[in-house]
Amino acid sequence: MRRALLGLLLLAVPASAEIAPGERRSGFDQMTPELRAMQTDEAANPGHLWVGDGEEAWAAAPPAGRPACAGCHGAIATMRGVAARYPAWDEATARPVDLQGRINLCRTRHQGADPLPVESRPLLALTAAVAAQSRGLPVAPPADPRLDPARAEGERLFTRRAGQLDLACAQCHDALWGRRLGASTIPQGHPNGYPLYRLEWQDLGSLQRRLRNCLTGMRAEPYPFGAPEYLALELHLMRRAQGLAIEAPAVRP
Amino acid sequence: MARTLINLPKTAKAGAVIEIKTLISHPMETGYRPGPEGRLVPRDIITEFVCRFEGEEVFRAELFPATSANPYLTFTTRAERSGTFTFTWTGDNGFSQTESAALTVT
Repeated sequence: MRRALLGLLLLAVPASAEIAPGERRSGFDQMTPELRAMQTDEAANPGHLWVGDGEEAWAAAPPAGRPACAGCHGAIATMRGVAARYPAWDEATARPVDLQGRINLCRTRHQGADPLPVESRPLLALTAAVAAQSRGLPVAPPADPRLDPARAEGERLFTRRAGQLDLACAQCHDALWGRRLGASTIPQGHPNGYPLYRLEWQDLGSLQRRLRNCLTGMRAEPYPFGAPEYLALELHLMRRAQGLAIEAPAVRP
Repeated sequence: MARTLINLPKTAKAGAVIEIKTLISHPMETGYRPGPEGRLVPRDIITEFVCRFEGEEVFRAELFPATSANPYLTFTTRAERSGTFTFTWTGDNGFSQTESAALTVT
């Protein structure tokens, strides 16, 4: 009986239509005033501890006698706008690449260094420092048609039911945003603040870490870090968030 | 060396109340969490924070395992003369870090 009721409830979830551009809201808008103040105050936002580390790493030369990031790119301020247009297409590997992936490609191709492990503190710090340069700029995904197949795959993953709860991302984040799930308000699920400091983690984390949390919450098996599914989802999410301001490093509850 | 963020005004009028904000990068491992092998991860926290102005203590705080990672402490003091604030965090495993910041009173 209960199962049937639950089934009915889930069937009653309205068919998800994508959020119209005028209706797009950053998760920032749904936070408490205290948390918003924490994000906007650079002295209180713990994400800036990582940004500081990343800016230092930007200027530090790798051991192989190759140039530092600053050696080719100049001051880190030249990275303004980069986070707003990633993930982008990488010509050499002929696949989409996100900001962390681009930093690691730069390390192996130009610095003769090993790629930094995914979700490691040095990689998150560099990514946060680069992403922070784009703060305030609107999310502007590139119109490159080569990204379209991955983007379509991302949309398919976003709208596909998965896990033991048989839920799709879109059911909550497209159709029921602004309503409540237990004590928390359901956000639209935009990727405009990553890497971000999540109070629940007491740590800075990437979008992939967040997506793994979502998948575990749906009782689905999370893809391993670096899986192409995350890139496809990020491509879809960035297109879905087009026009929202970049907030990295954001703070979320 | 842990990274710190210290924010206070560079200058203040004599007698004005100024706000000082401090943030330090620290895991604040409680000692109650099991690690991947099921054994408890040993406690590693900051236990004490002291702010001094020209050697004179203006603020002190004791920290405990319930304090979150990257502790953020903010407090106020009265600016009476120009000088240097020193901030010292001490904790488990011999952790000790001191930073300083100058204030000019006009």
